[in-house]
Amino acid sequence: MNVAAMNSLNNLQRLESDSIHILREVAACFERPVLMYSIGKDSSVLLHLAMKAFHPAKPPFPLLHVDTTWKFREMIEFRDHRARELGLDLIVHINEDGVKRGVSPFTSGATIHTDVMKTEALKQALSLHKVDCAIGGARRDEEKSRAKERVMSFRDANHVWNPRQQRPELWDLYNCRVGPGESVRAFPLSNWTEADVWHYIRAENIPVVPLYYAAERPVVERGGQLIMADDDRLELQPGEEIRTEKIRFRTLGCYPLTAAVRSDAADLDAVIAETLSSRRSEREGRIIDFDQSASMEKKKREGYF
Amino acid sequence: MGALQNNTQLRFLTCGSVDDGKSTLIGRLLHDAHLILDDQSQSLEADSKRFGTVKDGIDYALLVDGLEAEREQGITIDVAYRYFQTPKRSFIVADTPGHEQYTRNMATGASTAELAVILVDARKGLLTQTRRHSFIAHLLGIRHVLLCVNKMDLVDYAEDVFAAIERDYLAFAAALDFESVSAVPVSALNGDNVTAKSGQMPWFNGKCVLDFLETVQVGAGKDSAGARLPVQWVCRPDGDFRGFAGNVSGAALRPGDAVVIEPDGAPTSIQSIETYDGNLDVAVPGQAVTLTLADDVDVARGDVIRHADSPTQTSDQVQAHLIWMSPQAMIPGRQYEIKIAAASARAWVSDLRYAINVNTLEHVAQKTLSLNDVGVCNLSFDRRLAVDAYKACPRTGAFILIDRETNETVGAGMIDFALRRSLNLTRQKLSLDKEVRSESLRQKPAVLWFTGLSGAGKSTVANIVDQKLHLAGRHTYMLDGDNVRHGLNRDLGFTDADRVENIRRIAEVAKLFVDAGMIVLVSAISPFRSDRDMARDLMQPGEFFEIHVDASLETCEQRDPKGLYARARRGEIANFTGISSPYEVPKAAELRIDTDAVDPESAADMIIKLLDKR
Repeated sequence: MNVAAMNSLNNLQRLESDSIHILREVAACFERPVLMYSIGKDSSVLLHLAMKAFHPAKPPFPLLHVDTTWKFREMIEFRDHRARELGLDLIVHINEDGVKRGVSPFTSGATIHTDVMKTEALKQALSLHKVDCAIGGARRDEEKSRAKERVMSFRDANHVWNPRQQRPELWDLYNCRVGPGESVRAFPLSNWTEADVWHYIRAENIPVVPLYYAAERPVVERGGQLIMADDDRLELQPGEEIRTEKIRFRTLGCYPLTAAVRSDAADLDAVIAETLSSRRSEREGRIIDFDQSASMEKKKREGYF
Repeated sequence: MGALQNNTQLRFLTCGSVDDGKSTLIGRLLHDAHLILDDQSQSLEADSKRFGTVKDGIDYALLVDGLEAEREQGITIDVAYRYFQTPKRSFIVADTPGHEQYTRNMATGASTAELAVILVDARKGLLTQTRRHSFIAHLLGIRHVLLCVNKMDLVDYAEDVFAAIERDYLAFAAALDFESVSAVPVSALNGDNVTAKSGQMPWFNGKCVLDFLETVQVGAGKDSAGARLPVQWVCRPDGDFRGFAGNVSGAALRPGDAVVIEPDGAPTSIQSIETYDGNLDVAVPGQAVTLTLADDVDVARGDVIRHADSPTQTSDQVQAHLIWMSPQAMIPGRQYEIKIAAASARAWVSDLRYAINVNTLEHVAQKTLSLNDVGVCNLSFDRRLAVDAYKACPRTGAFILIDRETNETVGAGMIDFALRRSLNLTRQKLSLDKEVRSESLRQKPAVLWFTGLSGAGKSTVANIVDQKLHLAGRHTYMLDGDNVRHGLNRDLGFTDADRVENIRRIAEVAKLFVDAGMIVLVSAISPFRSDRDMARDLMQPGEFFEIHVDASLETCEQRDPKGLYARARRGEIANFTGISSPYEVPKAAELRIDTDAVDPESAADMIIKLLDKR
C-alpha cells in the first residue's frame, strides 16, 4: 500500500506492518516453521503477507495443508493453482489411518471427524516434519477463547495449549524459545477483524476461492442449514432433494460441515457490503462450534488450531 | 465502506475491577453501537441466565470474559482483546483484570495501548487500585487517560460528586506527567454518556465515551529519539541483493539518508527502500520495509540502523524499571536471556536499587523481586547493545527477560537511561598476559569444577586429583566451597540470592587463577545450572570442565560425613540442598562420575585423562 502521501499509517497499513513483523520474527527465530494454508480467505491474506514480508526473496518456509479429504473440490484446485503460481513448496497431509478406518462427517459425526481428520492429522503432520512453529490465520475476533490467545502461542511436546499458563506477551517482543519437541503456533492475523480481512483483500486485489461469491449451486436443506452437494458422497435422506440455489459461503471448511447462506453477492464489493451489514457472525456457518458449550476452548486445549 | 478502508486505529486499555463495571462498559459500548451480532446476542442471553451476575438482565461482562474458568468464577483472569469499528476508527481494546495479583496482566495490556480508560465507582471515589492502575499505565508509557466515573445512577447523577472525583484525580495524576486527562460521568449499566450524551446529566459539557474515543489524538508513532530500524531479517535471495528488513520506528527514513549501524557504529547511507509494492520515497514510523545500503557494511539481525542525526545510547549497562512476572523470584546476579527489539543477549541485574510499592509509590529496599513486583535496577549485558530510553523510543527501550532453563518470560522492563560507568571504566591492559604466564608454567590453564550433593565425594576426588597433578609437576590451586565460606564469603548465607553471589565470587577468583596460568580445582555444591553456566562463560572455550560428582541422595545421607543431613532432616538447617533446596542436575557436563559405582582413585584418573586429552 502506498503511504508516500501520508505521514502515518491507517488501520489496514498498521495491521499489515505488524503482521509482517510477526512473520519475520518467526522466520528468524525458528528452525522449521510452516505456514498452515487452509485455503480460506484468512489463509489467502496470510500467504499474501508472507510474499510481502520476504520480498524480493520467497517466504523461507513451506505451506502445509491438512486435507480431511472432505474439502470443497474448488478449494483443492485453488490450492494447487496458487502454490504453483507463486512457486512455493506445498506439503499436503492426510491422516491415512483415519481414511482406512472410514472416518467421515456423515458416518462418524462432526466431532469425531474433526478430531481424527483435522486435530489428529495436524499433530501427525507437525511431528512428522518436526515443525517448531506453525503459522496460522486465526483471528482473535472469531471466538471468545481465541480472544485471550497469544500471538506466539506455546504448545508443549504433546501439542497441548494451557490457557492458564500462557507466557506474558508484551509490546511486539515475542518469546520464540522452545525446548525439544515443543512448538509455537504463531497467529499474525490476531488483531484483524473479518471486515479488515475483506477490505484488505479488496485493497490488495488478493485472489480468493470463488465459493465466497454467490452463484447457482446444488444444495440440500438439512437441519435448517444449507449444505452444498459438492460430490456424490452426500447421501440424500428421505424427503431431501437437491435443488439449485444462489448461495455463497462466509467461511470454508469440510463441505458437509459448512453451511451456505442464500445471497446475491456475486463480487467483492457486494460481499463486503453484505458482511458489514450482517447481523450474524461468520462462525455460525461452522457446524463443529455448536457441539458443546465452550467447545472451541476445549478443542484448542487438545491441539486443534 | 470507503471510509472504513482509510480509517485510523486506536488501541486502548480498560482498567478497573469487576465491581467498577469495566466489562459492562465495553459490553454496553458494543451493544449501543450495534456491534453485537444477533447470534452473539442470543448466546449472551443464554450465558447470562447460566453464569450471569446481573439479576434478570444481560450480563455484558460475559461478552468479554472468554475462558471457562473466568465465566464460572465471574472474574477476568487474563488480558482479553476486543475489536470494534465505527466509520471513523477501528478500535483494539485490551481488557485487563484489576486485582493486585494481576499487575503483570495489566502491564501486558498497557504495553500496546495508546490510551487508558480508567473506571472509578462514583460512590467510592479514588481507591488504591485507581492509583495503581494509573501508575502502571504511566510506567508503560501511556500518555492519555480517560477517567470514567461510573454508576452515576447510584448517586442521583449529582454533578458535585463527579466534580470532586475529577478534582482528586487531576491532583493525583499531576505527578504522572500524562499528556492529557479527560473525565466523563457515566452509567455503563443504563448507557448514560456511553454512545450518546445523557439527558440525566445536562450539566456535563464534555463528549460521551464513544465520541471521545473516535476523536482523541494520541500522536502514535512519533518518538523523540528519532528514526531507527531494528534489523529483524537479512534478505539475500541471490548473490547480488542484500537487504535489511524491519519496521521503521520513531521518524521517517528516506533514500539517501545518512545512517549508522549500531552497536558497531559503522556509517553508511540508505540506497533504497524496497517493498513488494515497489520502491518507496519515504518509509513512515511503523511501516515494514527492507533497506539496502550504499556501502558493503556488516549488518546482522539484532543490529539497529539509525539516522545519523539521532544517536542511540550504546552500552552494556542500563538503569531500568523492571516488572517481575514469574513465581520464581528475580535474584541479582542470575543470568537471563534478554530480548530488546530484535537483539538477544545475556543479562543480569547487577544492582536492585529499590522496589516500588505500586499502591503507595513508596520506595522499598528489597533483595529480590517477587511475582508482580516492580523495581528499579541496574542491568548488565554480556555485550554492548544499541538501546534508548523507553520514553524516547519504546521499540528500542522495552525489553523482556526469559529464563534460560524454562524458556518462560519472567520479566519485562523499560530502560531509563544507559549507564556510562561501564564506558569510562576501561579494563587495565596487562603487559604480561595469560599466554605468557602459562607458557612459563609449561601448562594450559583450566578450571575443574566439581559439582554435586553434599557427601557425594567432591572434595575427596578433587583432593586426589590435586595431589596427582602436583606430583606430575603441574601448578594447581584448590578452591573448596566450605573453606571459601570461612573467609572471602563469610558474609553470605544460604538463601538463593546468597548462593548465587557465593558462586559468582568463587568463579571470579577461579578466573584470576586461570589468568595466572594455574589449574584451579573448585569443589562446591553449586546447585543452580545458571550459576555454573555463568562460571563457564567467564572462561575461554576449552578451559572449563564441569565434573558432576554424582551419588544418590540415599547414599549421600548414609555417608553424611559432617552429620549435616541428619540435622537438616531434624529441621535444624534451612535451605539444605537435596532436602529443602533443589539441586539442578547438569545437562551437558564434561564428565559424570557415579561415586556409587566408581572408587575415588579411578575417578581421579578419569579426570586427569580428560585434562590430558586437550
